[in-house]
Amino acid sequence: MFSEELEKYPWKETTERIMSKTEADVLRALSKDHCDLDDFMALISPAASKYIEQMAQLSRRYTLERFGKTISMFVPLYLTNSCMNGCVYCGFHSENPMKRTILTYDEMVNEFKAIKKLAPFENILMVTGENPAKAGVPYLAKSLDLAKEYFSSLKLEVMPLKMEEYRELTEHGLTGVICFQETYNRERYKIYHPRGMKSNFEWRVNAFDRMGEAGVHTIGMGVLIGLEDWRTDCTMMALHLRYLQKHYWKCKYSVNFPRMRRAENGGFEPNVIMSDRELAQLTFAMRIFDHDVDISYSTRELPAFRDNMCTLGVTTMSAGSKTEPGGYFSYPQTLEQFHVSDERSAAEVDAAIRAAGREPVYKDWDLILQ
Amino acid sequence: MENLILGGVEFSSRLFLGTGKFSCNEVMRKAIIASGTNMVTLAMKRVDLNNSDDEMLHHVMADGIRLLPNTSGVRNADEAVFAAQMSREAFGTNWLKLEIHPDPRYLLPDSVETLKATEKLAKMGFIVLPYCQADPVLCRQLEEAGAAAVMPLAAPIGTNRGLQTKDFIRIIIEQAGVPVVVDAGLGAPSHAAEAMEMGASACLVNTAIAVAENPVAMAEAFAMAVKAGRMAYEAGVAAPVTSGNAVASSPLTSFLND
Repeated sequence: MFSEELEKYPWKETTERIMSKTEADVLRALSKDHCDLDDFMALISPAASKYIEQMAQLSRRYTLERFGKTISMFVPLYLTNSCMNGCVYCGFHSENPMKRTILTYDEMVNEFKAIKKLAPFENILMVTGENPAKAGVPYLAKSLDLAKEYFSSLKLEVMPLKMEEYRELTEHGLTGVICFQETYNRERYKIYHPRGMKSNFEWRVNAFDRMGEAGVHTIGMGVLIGLEDWRTDCTMMALHLRYLQKHYWKCKYSVNFPRMRRAENGGFEPNVIMSDRELAQLTFAMRIFDHDVDISYSTRELPAFRDNMCTLGVTTMSAGSKTEPGGYFSYPQTLEQFHVSDERSAAEVDAAIRAAGREPVYKDWDLILQ
Repeated sequence: MENLILGGVEFSSRLFLGTGKFSCNEVMRKAIIASGTNMVTLAMKRVDLNNSDDEMLHHVMADGIRLLPNTSGVRNADEAVFAAQMSREAFGTNWLKLEIHPDPRYLLPDSVETLKATEKLAKMGFIVLPYCQADPVLCRQLEEAGAAAVMPLAAPIGTNRGLQTKDFIRIIIEQAGVPVVVDAGLGAPSHAAEAMEMGASACLVNTAIAVAENPVAMAEAFAMAVKAGRMAYEAGVAAPVTSGNAVASSPLTSFLND
């Protein structure tokens, strides 16, 4: 399990290792065809900042070779904001006295139909809070059964499950699972996740092994940028990616770098703010480190930034997203999980991607392959 | 230039095209036309199999161009056989590019499963063109299993590295009783020309054309290279002079003159 591997990389020492990288380390990484974890550390270190143009060129080249001039499109659908966890940074945390929604199956179908009117989406990401009693595996299985009629690739962003549960959902058409580790800092993790199942670091960080063992086709990873030092967290994620690729070689992997913005209205104030330049550097570094990993940008990012990055390393994007349950049809006014920065319609995002010389690909999977 | 006979069908062009990675369907279509190809391969997973008006399919179809559906995405022989049956139903063709790559990273073909699937599909009446490792023994086995051609890789997909497997492809060409189509990794027209000069029956190109600054011009360039390479092969490419042809100052066989 990865939790044992992670123990070999103490947090503080890893941070120091990254911060001690020199320009010579960066140049060595840039000259290699295949980078190791130390090269990745060099590429995200402050020493690499002045080489960002060279990094962009390389990232663009590798992305073109592997993915061509395409961007895979997906759309998220929040099934519920009901959650038993107490993540201190999340608007859906259990002590927030807000109205909770769990979409009924009829409502869900209405959402699917509304989404299909936005764009020819075929890749849906259904997102849930953690409420196993009311929105557990049987609910998710039924949701997949219903979604199958409308979409050809079904992914879930869901609480960590048992291996048998992932396997069961795969039989209902599940093609991928996304799970954000949030942070790999074991000690600090408990401060952000004080209650509920999510407070168990090991259960979450080893969920990816269980997905691999269950034969989930695509595994999505991510750290929430804003909690801990992003360079260290992303290095741990890169380590995790390499570990998973080695152990579960039939799975496809995607990475996400969701970054928190400064709080409005007295919400959680991020500990770390990552600039656009730093996110670009991280994206290029990840592509140079791994030519084949899918790099996904959500509508958390602003339009101009997304439009520029879609030719430089990013390979998957969402568009027209609503981050509240039932946001497309049933309950358009409920509380969002996070604020959408790219508020353009799916059609406008589609046009912007085309204008950048990239083909938005809606269908790249078929359930007959399941 | 001789026409290619493959699966009982005659092809005037020996360049086949892949249809992924293009910036838009219009550019893809123009590149297909410019290449003069008679056959394009298309990933089933990219197409809505229930919709005959599918946009991508619409842009691929043209007079004189045969559709070669491929099974990209399947991970074993059973999935490939199922996908092949769906393909035959949806596209109305029994031609199939068999791709089984359980490793989604480098997309390297699984030799064991490819051989199993080829055997089953050939018996079911499919014209099977398996994408495979440049493994001469495997290619013989695929041929025996009923493959209509073999499609060994020149280099890993999308790498543009050219004929990295040249020594093995040379043996495959020498031994093959079916057409040898060099697939994957050809990055420049010169790579394709080299494969054709060696006696390959055809080349399949995708990334190098799709990601070129000007895919339409690049498609034409590949067409010319494939044709030039083939013509050179048919004309008899001169063997390079090596030290083996030189006469040693102290001949080893002088004793035979006595």
